Amino acid sequence: MEKKKNLFALMTDKKHRGRTVSFGIVILGWAILEIMLFSGSLSSLFSSLLVPVCCYIVAAIGLNLNVGISGELNLGQACFMSVGAFTAVCLSGSLAGAIPAPLPRLLLSIVAGALLAALFGVLIGIPVLKLEGDYLAIVTLAFGQIIKSLITNMYLGFDDAGFHFSFVDNKVELKQGGKMLLNGPMGATGTERISTFTMGIVLIVIALIVVYHLMYSRSGRAIMAARDNRIAAESIGVEIFRTKMLAFTVSSCLAGAAGALYGLNYSTLVPAKFDFNTSILLLVYVVLGGLGNMTGTIIATIVLVLLPELLRSMQDYRMLIYAIVLILIMLLTNNETVRTWGERMKKQLKSRLKNRRNA
Amino acid sequence: MDFLSYLINGLGLGSVYAIIALGYTMVYGIAKMLNFAHGDVIMVGAYVAFFSISDLGMPLIPSVLLSVAVCTVLGVVIERLAYKPLRSASALSVLITAIGVSYFLQNAAQLLWSSSTKVFPSVISNGGISWNGLTVSWLTLITIGVCILVMICLVLFINHTKTGRAMRACSEDKDASTLMGINVNLMISITFAIGSGLAAIASVLLCAAYPSVFPTLGAMPGIKAFTAAVFGGIGSIPGAFLGGLLLGVIEIFAKAYISTQLSDAIVFAVLILVLLIKPTGLLGKRIREKV
Amino acid sequence: MKMKGWYRKTVSVALAAAMTMSLAACGGASAGGKGSGAIKIGASGPLTGPAAVYGNAVKAAAEMAVEEVNAKGGLQFALDFEDDTHDAEKAVTAYGVLKDWGMQVSLATVTSAPGAAVAPMYSDDKIFAITPSGSSLAIIYRDPDNAADPYGNVFQMCFTDPNQGIASADYLAAHPDLGTKIAVIYKNDDNYSSGIFAKFKSQASANSLDVVYTGTFDDSNASDFTVQLKQAQDAGADLIFLPIYYDPASLILTQANQMGYAPTFFGVDGMDGILTLEGFDTSLAEGVYLLTPFSADAKDDLTTKFTANYKAKMNGEIPNQFAADAYDCVYAIAQACEAAGVTADMSASDICDKLTGQFSSMTFNGLTGQNVTWSASGEVSKSPKAVVIKDGAYVGVEN
Repeated sequence: MEKKKNLFALMTDKKHRGRTVSFGIVILGWAILEIMLFSGSLSSLFSSLLVPVCCYIVAAIGLNLNVGISGELNLGQACFMSVGAFTAVCLSGSLAGAIPAPLPRLLLSIVAGALLAALFGVLIGIPVLKLEGDYLAIVTLAFGQIIKSLITNMYLGFDDAGFHFSFVDNKVELKQGGKMLLNGPMGATGTERISTFTMGIVLIVIALIVVYHLMYSRSGRAIMAARDNRIAAESIGVEIFRTKMLAFTVSSCLAGAAGALYGLNYSTLVPAKFDFNTSILLLVYVVLGGLGNMTGTIIATIVLVLLPELLRSMQDYRMLIYAIVLILIMLLTNNETVRTWGERMKKQLKSRLKNRRNA
Repeated sequence: MDFLSYLINGLGLGSVYAIIALGYTMVYGIAKMLNFAHGDVIMVGAYVAFFSISDLGMPLIPSVLLSVAVCTVLGVVIERLAYKPLRSASALSVLITAIGVSYFLQNAAQLLWSSSTKVFPSVISNGGISWNGLTVSWLTLITIGVCILVMICLVLFINHTKTGRAMRACSEDKDASTLMGINVNLMISITFAIGSGLAAIASVLLCAAYPSVFPTLGAMPGIKAFTAAVFGGIGSIPGAFLGGLLLGVIEIFAKAYISTQLSDAIVFAVLILVLLIKPTGLLGKRIREKV
Repeated sequence: MKMKGWYRKTVSVALAAAMTMSLAACGGASAGGKGSGAIKIGASGPLTGPAAVYGNAVKAAAEMAVEEVNAKGGLQFALDFEDDTHDAEKAVTAYGVLKDWGMQVSLATVTSAPGAAVAPMYSDDKIFAITPSGSSLAIIYRDPDNAADPYGNVFQMCFTDPNQGIASADYLAAHPDLGTKIAVIYKNDDNYSSGIFAKFKSQASANSLDVVYTGTFDDSNASDFTVQLKQAQDAGADLIFLPIYYDPASLILTQANQMGYAPTFFGVDGMDGILTLEGFDTSLAEGVYLLTPFSADAKDDLTTKFTANYKAKMNGEIPNQFAADAYDCVYAIAQACEAAGVTADMSASDICDKLTGQFSSMTFNGLTGQNVTWSASGEVSKSPKAVVIKDGAYVGVEN
């Protein structure tokens, strides 16, 4: 069927429209921002936001696969970012001598961060996905706290004699010229900043390709079937655990890649950054953007990261206003009157367009 | 003797968690929502009690009552303004709104009362009962006592009053309850009122033991109590009580016998283990799914 | 419930449009706004969130100092203080905001981890920065593990963490009368606290001090200290070293009192502020020793004037050492600017060169110390004063 359609038709038909829109937004946004960066018309504030926004988008897309597509409330997405970030920071720090060029080192660190996060995804997924509903949510929260607490207690350094590791009590003593990669609660310091905006865009595109591919594949349909009616899906032979595991692992992997990019964007990184609040923030992006709606996730992330920055002129009141905006958006998007009004407007617009075309 | 003293300290801490967890679990039972703003109601309760004792010079009991009254009203107002319009929305929308309310309360508190820590006046005298070298402070005894009292009152209320029965009916089946002439919205409001009132009591006990009052005071006890509620089986009142006590004891034991650095990780690891063995918590009901 | 797609789209498009507009607007403002005769000082710190108390203290004191300097008529300053919520990421965006505003000199950040994140940017963009209270080595050194390769244009007004750890261990070694069996309780997820502890530990073993117990806590257990105190007591500790801020310290003092355990408590500069906690029973802090560069109760003119003005500005709150350091920072910048002949129309990098030269050679007298000097790498040299709390006030102790 699809083979007969031309490319344009394929991009705009109902099934693929969402996909086209998200890729379009990402590419267009990238082009505009690159031009602005190149011509120097982008303010310092916005250029400093480029990489972190990309990171949050990638992690939120992963979370949306988890929450929106697979129907699992995950309150610990930040811990996978943490695993990715600290893996990447350590790897990049220890390879600085061996691979001086930033780009290959960045790529390698991101791949390593993503893979290790995926491994954690599998390990954590095994117990987590046996549970359901809010119990699953609390276990992801618990794992988030455990991972944060473990990383807070890790000490890793290297010098001429090789790597030194200790846990809980810092027994790492380095010779002159050695470098601490992980310093317990102080995290990583003196990281070389090698993340780039372009790499962020590449990660978003990869995340979208992976997630859309998964959504429209056989496994994706199985995942959604399992979300909508577990028992019915099971009865027709869908392996619930396997499909959910797949979604969970991909989600953690994306978070790991996002974390890696994030970690290498700052010269310092503390384990406390990836706490419960960051997980919640990612969840807010996903819910506000719409469950299962990747374009929505991208836009919601951008808007919500920018909102507090744009409210800076409000001084002390900005976080208060941020909270009120958040509540109002949730109330309005779920309000029947607002909805029916919008529905009517949409119908009118459609019929007007149709009339014009007919005339 | 060390063991007993840690155990009693753990029970004291656990009692506070238990009272907060009761609020969580009741709201969850009837409204099926995770009220992440619950911890911040505790914070408001603590500030009200602080100001009424320190600035207005009121005695302890009237201060607690004032704090309970303010929190009860606050709980109902939050429910009416922020959660009621979302009755038919997805659980996640309500969750995000609750997070918004939590941000709102924290930031409003910071604007109103500044970000600097205030020290809660010592309301319960030092000292306590000594027996064979084991000292139990009055504070710990009172905390445990209040917790048991609250628990008993709540069970009596839920099981033996008309309102309590109506609340249970609502948590079983809202549509059927409406058909039976129960005002579901009223029941939900009452639940929020009770939960928030309990939060105020918990706030005074919390601050009597750990006398720091600051705008993000409620966040950690909130998460811990949420954990406790899930531990015991969310939606179950005896479960929240048991979960709270166990959480407090595990936390203190983990600190005392394993590592102060890892106590948090240990508490959550135990939680995961419990849920793997009993996926609906210690006393949670297994909901049978119908095809 | 199915989400209605169209509605989200409308909201999203509207918000995206608003965003693009503001994006362009901000870009424009940064290009245009420069010069009005005042040297632009930028700063960031936590004004919201759990660490807000430190940011707000620094902000208020810096504003006071700027107003006072401006009132003198000569040098004119403009201050922009941005919120970074004690987060490295937000500190970097706050740095962007300040740069767009046209910042020429900076107070860097209030807290350590955000400071370490923005320090390389100050170095890259050649903007002079002096942090009032960011005490980590990572703020002034590219290689903090070896205290090597300083940024050169980032300075500190407060002691570095290692400095305090070493000073405390040395003081305790010189004063065995305070206590010989030492317990330490520190906050292990905090940069400041673990930084001091790490150096204290090594210096204590060098001084052969007897550390009998080490306990920790973190953000999620920052209220119950009964276990740590009981174990310190069981270990026979007669002195507890608390390299932590005053709010958890106040809980430790209260709980130790409830247990009937009365060792000597010994704190560092973070302990300053304990007497000013609203509602705190200061009798609990009786006999607490601390090493601090500033005490609000000092009787000299500068301190009394500062304390009175600060109280008037902040509804009666008493200034802590964060505020004093910030106040000194602004005055030190003013002194250096005057000496180097810095004017508002100079570029940030020219000012940076001049101030860097001045700071590494000048001597400064302020609230937090007399004859304060800086090394070329940016570390401050001033002597911490040991004080003991007697009758609810600091009393100096002979070193």
